[in-house]
Amino acid sequence: MADILKPRDDKDLAETVAKLAAANVAIEVKGAGTKRGIGRPITAATIIETSAMTGLTLYEPTELVMSARAGTPLAQIEATLAERGQLLAFEPIDLGPISGGAGGQQTIGGVFATGASGPRRITSGAARDHILGVKAVNGRGEIFKSGGRVLKNVTGYDVGRALVGSWGTLAILTELTFKVMPRPERTETLVWPGLTEEIAVEAMCAALGTPFEVNGTMHLSAALTSRLELKSLAREAAPITAIRIENFASAVDYRANRLADALKIFGTPQKLGHDASLAFWEELRRLSVFTRLASEAPRQLWRLATSPRKAPAVMAAIRRNTEAEACLDASGGLIWLEVPASADAGAADIRRILAGAGGHATLISADREVRESVEVFHPMNAVIERLSTGLKDAFDPARILNPGRMYATL
Amino acid sequence: MIIQLPEPDLSIVGRREQIVAALVGIAGRDAVVSDEDGRRAFETDAMTSYRRMPLAVVLPTSTEAIANVLRYCNANNLKVVARGAGTSLCGGALPAEDAIVVGVSRMSRVLDIDYAGRTMRVEAGITNLAITGEVAPEGFFYAPDPSSQLSCTLAGNIAMNSGGAHCLKYGVTTNNVLGVRVVLMNGDIVDIGGDQLDGGGYDILSLMIGSEGQLGIITEATVRIIKAAEGARPMLLGFDTNEAAGQCVAGIIASGIIPVAMEFMDRPAIEVCESFAKAGYPLDAEALLIIEVEGSEAEIAERLAQIQEIAKPFRPTTATISTNAAQSARIWKGRKSAFGALGRIADYYCMDGTIPLSRLPETLTAISRICTGYGLKVANIFHAGDGNLHPLIMFDANDPASEAKAEQAGMDILKLCVEVGGCLTGEHGVGIEKRDLMRFQFTPDDLAQQMRIKSVFDPRWLLNPAKVFPLDARVGFEPAATATAAIRRAAA
Repeated sequence: MADILKPRDDKDLAETVAKLAAANVAIEVKGAGTKRGIGRPITAATIIETSAMTGLTLYEPTELVMSARAGTPLAQIEATLAERGQLLAFEPIDLGPISGGAGGQQTIGGVFATGASGPRRITSGAARDHILGVKAVNGRGEIFKSGGRVLKNVTGYDVGRALVGSWGTLAILTELTFKVMPRPERTETLVWPGLTEEIAVEAMCAALGTPFEVNGTMHLSAALTSRLELKSLAREAAPITAIRIENFASAVDYRANRLADALKIFGTPQKLGHDASLAFWEELRRLSVFTRLASEAPRQLWRLATSPRKAPAVMAAIRRNTEAEACLDASGGLIWLEVPASADAGAADIRRILAGAGGHATLISADREVRESVEVFHPMNAVIERLSTGLKDAFDPARILNPGRMYATL
Repeated sequence: MIIQLPEPDLSIVGRREQIVAALVGIAGRDAVVSDEDGRRAFETDAMTSYRRMPLAVVLPTSTEAIANVLRYCNANNLKVVARGAGTSLCGGALPAEDAIVVGVSRMSRVLDIDYAGRTMRVEAGITNLAITGEVAPEGFFYAPDPSSQLSCTLAGNIAMNSGGAHCLKYGVTTNNVLGVRVVLMNGDIVDIGGDQLDGGGYDILSLMIGSEGQLGIITEATVRIIKAAEGARPMLLGFDTNEAAGQCVAGIIASGIIPVAMEFMDRPAIEVCESFAKAGYPLDAEALLIIEVEGSEAEIAERLAQIQEIAKPFRPTTATISTNAAQSARIWKGRKSAFGALGRIADYYCMDGTIPLSRLPETLTAISRICTGYGLKVANIFHAGDGNLHPLIMFDANDPASEAKAEQAGMDILKLCVEVGGCLTGEHGVGIEKRDLMRFQFTPDDLAQQMRIKSVFDPRWLLNPAKVFPLDARVGFEPAATATAAIRRAAA
C-alpha cells in the first residue's frame, strides 16, 4: 500500500515534496481521484492528495474572477457561481464515469490539471483559455506562482497556462485563479435528425459561420442517440445533430429562428426548449452515452482532435477496419470514438489515419493492461520530445511527479 | 534613461564584416541589411528613447532561411533579436550592437483559409489588420486588435500575447492562435499545435505565446477567425466621479451583459481626444465610458437601453446612444486617436498595468499624486472590462530631466498596480521597460521557474538578450559565456 499524504497548505506540501525528491520517491498526485483510470498506469510509493487544501479564496463576480484551492470540489464552485448567476464557460467535462471513476466528484485542481473542457469550448474556449493564475509546487519542492487575478496579464512567461493539461507531471497545483462568465439567461438547442456525419459536419460548420454565436455543436450516431437519458431524443432512432444558442431570452428566440432559416437546406429542426437543452448538454458533459454500455460487449473510448473538414474522412477511414460509434463535438473537430475492445485499442490504425489527416488521439477509457502497452497520449516527434523532456526536467528534475503518467519517459 | 543595457561584446563587434559575409552566404545578399543607413531603421522600436545599432539585419523570406541563420548564430554564439514591425512599446524589439536582428516582415503570405473550420494559416510577418482584411469580404475577422494593428505583425502579437479593446468578449492572442511553426535557436523547425482546437502532450503553445521572442522565432501560425456580429453600436456615459464610472462597469457585468468593449477615459484624456477628434465627448465629465454592444438592431437597442437603466443610480451626466454609423465612427475615432492626439501636445510614455476594477478610483487618485509629485501631467485610458490601465505620462523629450522623471513615475505606477492586486503589464509585454520591476511581482522561485524554461528552448540564452528578466537575477541560469561583462558586473 502506498503512503497517502494530505498536506494542509502549500508550505506543508513543498516541504513534503522536497523531502521525497531528495529521497527520490515517486509521487502519485491526486485530487478526488476520479480520473485515475486515465493515462498510463503508474506505481508510486506515495500518494499526495489535495483533499486538505480546499475552499474559495477569492470571488469577485463583477470582475469575473474566482480563486480556489486545488482540492475544492468543482460542484461547490459551480454552486457558488450559480448563486450569482455565473458559470465556468468552458463547461468542464466529467471524465470520471467513463474511465471507471466516480461522477460529479472532481476537484477544480483536477479539472485544470487534465484540461477538462466541454462542448462550449468551440466558441468560449477551453480550460486553458480561462486560467488566470496558478500557485503550485514543483518537483523540487519550490512554491511558485504564475499569472495573477486580473483578466489581462502578460507579465512573464505564461507558465500557469502551460500547466493546464499536464496531468500532474510538472507540478502540483495548489491554488487556481480563473475567469468566470455570466450564466446565459436562455439556452436553446436546434436538433436535426437523420443527417449523415458528412452532412452534419457541413451543417455544424455552416452554423458557426453565422453571426448568431452558436456555442455548441454535436453530432451523435444513431446508436449513441438511443442511449440518451433525454427520452424525447433517444426515441429518434436516428443520428442527431444538435446546435446550441445561448443569450438573453429575446435574443435567443430571434437567433434560433434566423439560424433555422439559414440552415434550412438541412431540413427543419426541432427546438428542445430551455430546460431540455440544459439537460441535454449536461448529459453530454458527463459523456453518459458512453457509460451505458457497461453491461454489453467491452468497449474502449478515444478522444480525437482534428479539424472539422478532416473529420468525415477520418471517420470513414476508421470505419473501414472497425465498427465504431462516434460523437462529433466541435463540428467534428473533436471526436469521441467508441471502438470494440482489443489489445491495442486500435491505436495503430487510428494514429496512422490521423497522421495522414492531421490531428492527434488520446486513449480515454481502456483496461490497465492496454494502457500499459499502448501510448495513451499522442506520440511525440523528436523535437517535441526533446522540449517536453526539457520541461519535465525544468520542473521536476528527479522525475518524481506522476512519473510515466503521460509518457513512459516523462 | 534609467534602464541599464549590457555593453556589447567587442570581440563580436570586431568580427562584423566576417559575420555579415557569412549571413550573406546563408540568406542571400537581398536578405541582409548591413550598411549603416539601412541598419538605422532597425535601431529602436516604439520605445524610441532607447536605441542600439544592430550588428546586422537579416530579412529572410522562408522558414528554412531563418533556420539556417539561427543555426549559424547558435554555432557562433551570436545573439539574435527577432523583429516583426518594431512596434513594441516596451523595448521588446530593441537590438544590441553585438546582436543580429532577424525580421519576419518579408514573410506575410496567406497560406490557407478554412471558413468551415474557421481557421486561417498565415506567415507570421503578416500585419494584424491584413489578417482581418483577407477574410472581411466573407464577414469574418481576427479578434485581437492592438492599437498598432495597421502595422504590427502577427509574429510580434504572438511574442507579446497582444490584446486590444475587444478582449473582454473575444480574448487575447493566446485564445485565438491554434498553432505555430517555430524555429528554435539551434535551427530546428517545429510545429506546435495545429488547426485542431487543442494540442496533445504538454501545452508548449502556451509557453511560446507571450515569451517575447526568447524561446524561438515564429514564422507561421494558424489563427481562429470569427464571423462578425450583425451589427455593433456604442454609447457614451459621462460621470462626475471615477468611482461612479467604475461602479457602473461593475453593475453592467453583474447584470450578465458582456459588452464587446468598455473603454474608460478620465478628464484629461477626454479633453485631449475631444479637441482633436470632435467626437462629441462631454467636457464636463470627470470620467467617460464608451460601451459597445453587438447583435441585431433590436438586440443592440434592447441591450443599450438596459445599460442606460443600470447606469441611472450612478447619476450619469451624459448618456448618449449612438443612432447612426457616422456617430459611432466619430465616437470610436476619438478613442482611437487618443495616442496621436496626445502626441501633438506633448511627448508621453504609455504605461500598461492591470488592476482589479474595484481598485480603480483609489488607483487613479494615487497615479495623479505620483505624477504631480514629479511635476508631470497624466491622462488615463482604461480597458474597463478587463482592468487594463494605460496611464499616459506627459513629458518634454527635449529635457532629459523631464524624461527621466516620466520614466520614474511610470515605474512607481506599475509598482502601484502590483500593490493593488494587479500586474506590471496587461498587453505590452515586459521587454526592457519592466524588466527590473519583475521582482515586485515575482519571487526568486517564480522567476527561476521561468528562466529554467528559457534554458530548455535556448540553452545559450542568445534569443532577445537582456529582456524580461532582471540582469542580476540570471546568475546560474544564463550561461557565463553569454552574460556580458555588464551583466556580470550588475550581478556582482
